[in-house]
Amino acid sequence: MKKLINAPEDVVVDALQGIEAAHPELSVDHAHKIIYRADAPHTGKVGIISGGGSGHEPLHGGFVGLGMLDAACAGEVFTSPVPDQMLAATKLVDGGAGVLHVVKNYTGDVMNFEMAAELAAAETGAKVVSVVTDDDVAVQGSTWTAGRRGVGVTVLLEKIAGAAAEQGRNLEQVAEVATRVNANGRSMGLALTSCTVPAAGKPTFALGDDEMELGVGIHGEPGRERRPLASAKECASLLVEPIVADLPYKKGDQVVCFVNGLGGTPLIELYVLYNEVAKVLSKYGVQVARSLVGSYITSLDMAGASVTLLRVDDELLKLWDAPVRTPALRWGI
Amino acid sequence: MSDGATRTDLEQWVRAFAQQVDDNKDLLTELDAAIGDADHGANMDRGLKAVLVAIEQDPPATPATLFNKVGLTLVSTVGGASGPLYGTLFLRFGGAIGEEEPVSPARFAAALRAGLDGVVARGKAEPGDKTMYDALAPALDALDSALTDGAGWDVALQRASEAAESGREATIEMLARKGRASYLGERSIGHQDPGATSAALLVASAYAALRDCA
Repeated sequence: MKKLINAPEDVVVDALQGIEAAHPELSVDHAHKIIYRADAPHTGKVGIISGGGSGHEPLHGGFVGLGMLDAACAGEVFTSPVPDQMLAATKLVDGGAGVLHVVKNYTGDVMNFEMAAELAAAETGAKVVSVVTDDDVAVQGSTWTAGRRGVGVTVLLEKIAGAAAEQGRNLEQVAEVATRVNANGRSMGLALTSCTVPAAGKPTFALGDDEMELGVGIHGEPGRERRPLASAKECASLLVEPIVADLPYKKGDQVVCFVNGLGGTPLIELYVLYNEVAKVLSKYGVQVARSLVGSYITSLDMAGASVTLLRVDDELLKLWDAPVRTPALRWGI
Repeated sequence: MSDGATRTDLEQWVRAFAQQVDDNKDLLTELDAAIGDADHGANMDRGLKAVLVAIEQDPPATPATLFNKVGLTLVSTVGGASGPLYGTLFLRFGGAIGEEEPVSPARFAAALRAGLDGVVARGKAEPGDKTMYDALAPALDALDSALTDGAGWDVALQRASEAAESGREATIEMLARKGRASYLGERSIGHQDPGATSAALLVASAYAALRDCA
C-alpha cells in the first residue's frame, strides 16, 4: 500500500484537521467528527446535514458552506457515522426551522440516521425530516436486496436542496425538492481498478489489467458484471443506456449531466468520457442543460467513473444555478 | 440454590467476545471484503475495545447496567450496520436480564431472545437472508430446547454454540438479501457471511465463559 498518510488509523482525524486548517469559513467538532459552517446555526433557515463513511471526498464535508450543507458527519472509512454524531450535528445547525437529513441508501447509514432522528426528537424536539437517495440503476431486483444505493444524485441533491433552504423555504418544501431530485435522478458506475482501504492495506478486490467491473458502488464492493476493458465510447453506452431506459429519460428532456471520477481517474479521461456520454444522449434526443465533470463522490483511489443524469425543470435549474460557496463547489459568488 | 451466572461471569462473556473478535478480526474483514466492504473486523474490534475501556472506567453494578453500557458503547463506536444491530442486541438483552443475580440459564436464554427480537426489529432480517440472524436464531432454538430437556449451562451452551456454527456454515450457500452483500445477487453465494461469523463468536464466547456456571 502506498498512501500519503501518517498512520492508517489516523486518516480520518488527520484529514479533518487539514480541512479545518485549509478552510477558515468551516469549523470542525473533532470529538464528533463534524464539519460545519462556522456561522451556523442560521435562525429561520432549514438546516441540512448529511454524512456517511469517509473515503468519498469531497462528499460530504467538501459540500459544507453557503448554498449547500450546514454540516457533514464523517464516519470511519466506508463506515456509517454513529447516531451521536448526527444528533450533535442536528443540534449545531437547527436554527428553529427544522433539519433535513440527507441519507444515502445503505443499510448502516439508514439505521444510524434513524436512531439519530429518534434521539433528536426525544432530546430536543427538533423537527427532522430524512430524505434517502437511491439512484444506482446497477442494483436490480431491489425488492430482494437492500434497495438501490445512493450515489451521484446525492451531490446534486445537496446542491439543489441547499439552494432551496438558502431561499428561506420551509422544511416540508425543502424536503419536497430533495425528494423530487432523487426521483428524477439515476446513476451507473464502472471501475477499472479496486480501491485500497487504509486499514486493510491491500486492494479490496482483484481486477485484471484487461478487465473492468460494471455497476460498482462507491465502497469497493464488486459490481454486477465483470467485462473485458472497453473504449470510452463503449463505456459511455454501457453506462448511459441503462440509465436512460430506467426512468426513462425521453426525447426533449432537459438534464444535468454529471460525469464523476471515482478517485483514481484523471480529469482528462473524464472529459473523454463526457464527450462520448454527450453523443449518446444526443442520439436519444436528451438535452444537456448543465454539466458537471470532476471527482465529487469517490471511492478512495479507485480508477473509474460514474454517470448521473438528473431530469430538471426550470425551477430545479434555477436552484442548480443559485450561488454556492463550499470547498468543492463554488459559483455565482 | 446458586444455579446461575453472576454479573462477573456475564462480564467474562463480554470480555471473551472481545478477545475472540480481536483474534479473528482479520478473518472477519477478509470475509467482508469478499461480499461487503472490508470493515467488519476492524469495526467490531474498535467497538469492543471501547466497551472494555468503558466497563473498566465505570464498572456497572448489575447485569442490566452492564449490558446497557455495552449496547450504548457499541452504538456509539462501531458504525456501519453492525453498530445499531449489535448495540440493539445488547440493549434489549440488558433490558430483559434484570438487576438480580445470579442469572438462571432460562433468564439468560429469554434475554438473548429479546436481543434477537431487537435485531430483527432494527434490521428487518428474515431467515435465510444471509445475516447474523442465521447464526443466532438456530443457537437460540438449540439453547431453548436443551433447557427444556433439563440441560445445565454447559450442555445447553455447547449445543447453542454448535447450532450457531452450523448456522454460520449454512450462510455460505445462501443468496444475500440484506446489507451490502445483497448488491451482488447470485455472486454472494459461496461466501460465508461475516455477520453470522461474528454472531457465532458471540455464542462460542458464552459457552467458553459461562459453561462452568452451576
